[in-house]
Amino acid sequence: MTDDKTAVAAELVGVTRVYPARAGHAPVHALGPLDLKLHRGEFFSVVGPSGCGKSTLLDVLSGLAPPTEGKAFFEGRPLNDTVPDGIGVVFQEDASFPWLTVFDNVAFGLRRKGMEAGEVRRRVDYAINFMGLKAFATAYPAQLSGGMRQRVCIARTLVMEPRLILLDEPFGALDQQTRLLMGDELLRLWRETGATVMLITHALDEANLLSDRIGVMSARPGIFIDVVETGWSRDRDSTLAADARFGLVSNRLWSMLRSESMRAMGQQTGERAAEAAE
Amino acid sequence: MNPATVIRTLVIIGIVGGLELACRTGALPHTVIIAPSAMVASIIETLSSGELNGDMRQTFGAVAVAATLAICGGFVLGFLIHMSPRLRRAIDPLLGAYYAIPHVAFYPVLIVIFGLGAGPLIVLATMLGIVAMIIATLGGLDRVPRVLLRTAKVHGLSPSQELFLVRLPAATPHLLSGVKLAFSYSFIGVVAGEFILSTAGVGHAIAFSYDNFDNYRMYGLILFIIGFVVVVNTTILFWERRMVARRGTR
Repeated sequence: MTDDKTAVAAELVGVTRVYPARAGHAPVHALGPLDLKLHRGEFFSVVGPSGCGKSTLLDVLSGLAPPTEGKAFFEGRPLNDTVPDGIGVVFQEDASFPWLTVFDNVAFGLRRKGMEAGEVRRRVDYAINFMGLKAFATAYPAQLSGGMRQRVCIARTLVMEPRLILLDEPFGALDQQTRLLMGDELLRLWRETGATVMLITHALDEANLLSDRIGVMSARPGIFIDVVETGWSRDRDSTLAADARFGLVSNRLWSMLRSESMRAMGQQTGERAAEAAE
Repeated sequence: MNPATVIRTLVIIGIVGGLELACRTGALPHTVIIAPSAMVASIIETLSSGELNGDMRQTFGAVAVAATLAICGGFVLGFLIHMSPRLRRAIDPLLGAYYAIPHVAFYPVLIVIFGLGAGPLIVLATMLGIVAMIIATLGGLDRVPRVLLRTAKVHGLSPSQELFLVRLPAATPHLLSGVKLAFSYSFIGVVAGEFILSTAGVGHAIAFSYDNFDNYRMYGLILFIIGFVVVVNTTILFWERRMVARRGTR
């Protein structure tokens, strides 16, 4: 994997996403129009107020949902409502299969592709070791903590050797200390694989610490109101939080997000009041 | 042994012991009910004589066919209904009211249609069991977490792969509950049908003993049926508990 910052891994051009009307509800214009270029090998985070369309953006960029207007591309090829090989997605919710052991969870995608058993074992062993799950290979997800289950999901993605990794608030359900440690692990994974990473998060410090660039989204319909370049070195880790420049970036992000968050809260309050009136 | 098991065991011992005592002391006359020990002796006597072998073959054969039809048919119908929201909206209220229908009342009609023998019994038992399986299948498929289906899409699974590799395993605990109910209802259907109008089967043997005031044999056969259903259900419950322990309550 090259670290060429000029090459584009994925791109959105004039993308909007409108959810159609449901019984008693008007259509929801969730996203866009927006443009985005993810450079090959970069770590890009998206922050924005609650309900601004961050997860919708991930769905469109992964091929899980088609855009209403505009086009989405992965490595120059248009996405058409399927997730192509080379894209891995980690969700906020626990997506481990509870009926499979850790090993079988991680091997799931490789076996589906018909990979030879020896190669499956080699790759799965590597991913399980990398994520610190070696001692739990034969355990079931119910026997693991929330953070470990999320690591199983990351290992299941990692083992497929994706060139673009999309993470939808993967540490949202974890406590602060675990989040910091998982952030370090994510940086290690990013450096070792050379993959392009896009992280959706509502935690400004997390986005600041992990990212090369941070896209700041407006309240719904979400568009990018700014993209902040952090300028951190590639070998950064959570000790960066003590750096004075770290505080400056966080302040800049919050100054942009504060008014958008208040606008989003106003939208949600208005919608709830309208629903209650009905 | 956990406290629940201890309490359950004590309750059973209390009831069986109390009944034994009441029957042996004559507080309950043997024309009403016989002692549990006599019921066990009756089962051993009846089974070892071999006189019930033909009846058992008919009953268990009919139950096996009816339960298989109810479980497989209920699963397929449940899956089809799940995949069609319009059909679901139309059928849901009917499913809810289904068990208010006195199915056994249709047995004479089924005899007219299918003739004497195992046919109408199997139809009656299948009718009783199939809806429990449909409801369990719908419940199971409804509760498959959306994130697992999204994961299936990320891995590029085809619809059939998604069904067999994700939906079915995720819904298995609910499906097992359906299997338990479908089996019990099928058993009830066969034995009740045989009891009402049949010339063979364990249900018929119970009815024959009942008509001839043969309490000794009748209670033995009733205990035999209860014991059989308890063993089957306990086996399924054991699998179910092992699965829940392994998977957690997600």
